[in-house]
Amino acid sequence: MSLSVDVRARRGSFAVEAAFDAEPGETVALLGPNGAGKSTLIATLAGIEGPERGRVTLDGEVLDDAAAEVHMPAERRPVGVVFQDLLLFPHLSALENVAFPLRARGMAHGEARRHAAALLERLGVSERAEARPRDLSGGEAQRVALARALVHEPRLLLLDEPLSSLDVRTRARTRALVRRELAAFSGVRLLVTHDPVEAMSLADRMVLIEDGRVTQIGTPGEVREAPRTHYAAELVGLNFFTGRLERLEEGAGRIVTADGEVVVAWPEELEAGTEGVIGLLPPADVALHVVRPEGSARNVLRGHVAVVSVEGERARVRVDSSPPVVAEITLGSVSRLGLAEGAEVWASFKAVEVQVLPP
Amino acid sequence: MAVPRRTPLPVAVLAAIGAAFVALPLMALVVRAPWSTAGHELSSSGAWTALRLSIVVSACAAGLAVTFGLPLAWVLARSELPGRAVLRALVLLPLVLPPVVGGIGLLAALGRNGIAGRLLSAVGIQLPFTAAGAVVATTFVSMPLAVLAAEAGLRSLDVRLEHAAAAMGASRWYVFRRVTLPMLRPQLGAGLVLVWARALGEFGATITFAGNLAGRTQTLPLAVYQTRVTDPGGAVLISLLLVALSLIVLVALRERLFTR
Repeated sequence: MSLSVDVRARRGSFAVEAAFDAEPGETVALLGPNGAGKSTLIATLAGIEGPERGRVTLDGEVLDDAAAEVHMPAERRPVGVVFQDLLLFPHLSALENVAFPLRARGMAHGEARRHAAALLERLGVSERAEARPRDLSGGEAQRVALARALVHEPRLLLLDEPLSSLDVRTRARTRALVRRELAAFSGVRLLVTHDPVEAMSLADRMVLIEDGRVTQIGTPGEVREAPRTHYAAELVGLNFFTGRLERLEEGAGRIVTADGEVVVAWPEELEAGTEGVIGLLPPADVALHVVRPEGSARNVLRGHVAVVSVEGERARVRVDSSPPVVAEITLGSVSRLGLAEGAEVWASFKAVEVQVLPP
Repeated sequence: MAVPRRTPLPVAVLAAIGAAFVALPLMALVVRAPWSTAGHELSSSGAWTALRLSIVVSACAAGLAVTFGLPLAWVLARSELPGRAVLRALVLLPLVLPPVVGGIGLLAALGRNGIAGRLLSAVGIQLPFTAAGAVVATTFVSMPLAVLAAEAGLRSLDVRLEHAAAAMGASRWYVFRRVTLPMLRPQLGAGLVLVWARALGEFGATITFAGNLAGRTQTLPLAVYQTRVTDPGGAVLISLLLVALSLIVLVALRERLFTR
């Protein structure tokens, strides 16, 4: 009883390959930057387009099997979708919107309306049944969209960027609503998003997709602990280095990256010469100086301030050194050091602060 | 930003002249109409017959123009057909063509000895100098307006709504019927009114292709043209009839069709 996906799907010249599983009662987030191939995967799972190769099965039932030329059309799939920006039909009432998937599947008018009305009642928006989408509040529209996705009792629920169109205030409230509704749905739940906060707060497991391939699968905790790519590291706010591991003196080594090198404490379990070794560094462990520092820090990198972004009382300063690093310092330090964009700066961090992971 | 909206003087003057330019002839019609003998004039000049024919012809033409104009707009807005630019220019040509040229073209094509007309004659269909011919001529002239309106509507439509409907299991026909068409309603409504207004006033193509036969192909504009020579007062009255008809339809349909 689960969703199993192993496909290559194509839209125009762009192809996305993905293999992952999801269990009923589990929320899996497909997380990736815009243009990574998430919407192509949604179109495939919803059955709008067949995959170029591979299989999709749900509870043992084959939805797609390119080799056997099996393609279950969208109207027969037990799949419900909450679309990005909701996409409620503006010319239909809330009730008619919710009845739409049933009507499209050939159910009689009255019966479809009864089903839709019952579901709106359950979601607590029955008094808005006759309203047009433009007259609904953000939260009401979200519920109506959810009802429309659930009305034909799907076993797979797809949510495409459910919160991206909302302003910050509505977003917090709606996130709680989405989380409750997700918990109440007993089938497989798939959340597609480019927002790491959305993914980490709503998902049990994350499937990271970049440039049309899956780069990491794991729980939010696992991804936070050990991001496997530059993108994943940025999501969780870590500096990321990858390259060949070389031996320095006793107890020390360096990761030679494409654009520089980073000195690290020697990882016992790894051999010199290993390619694709990953180094992770929390930005708070990076110190910034206006003159070259003398001290125990083995990594001293010179560069210019590229970006200063303020988050509350702290600032993240991106330095275009080789390799580039992000430092997290207090706002006081930013003004004390005069760190305007373009200013020359030295970044330093100790070798032992870089966490080294095998490829 | 609360910038005071004072209309600049030159704009106000030119606008006033423009408005007067449109209003003056209409007012003159009202002033010059022989009101005392109006009822008699209208019935003796065959205006009521022409009115009935005008309504039927323009309604048929509007229906046909939208029926063919919408699929044409679909092809222009959404297909990958090579040479769409050429097709668009061709379809819109009647808009800028002198209507009399359209009438001549229709005669050459659908006339008794026309290239397609011969085939029609063979199966017993006569278009020139018939009421059906008046409909054909009027459709020819007014269809570009339907195409333009529908194409603008299709282009402004959020295609994601149609994709969403498809993902909910709707067939292409169901998507068209329940999503595309209802969402195009304002544009199609506006198009229908424009087409109908254009059809009501059609003169050149109709008189060339369908002739000016009282009771058969003589629509209101043709009746005005004919009556003008013998009975100027009657022509003014029929003109007012046209003005009133156009106004009634524009006002009535505006409420129903322009708002969703």
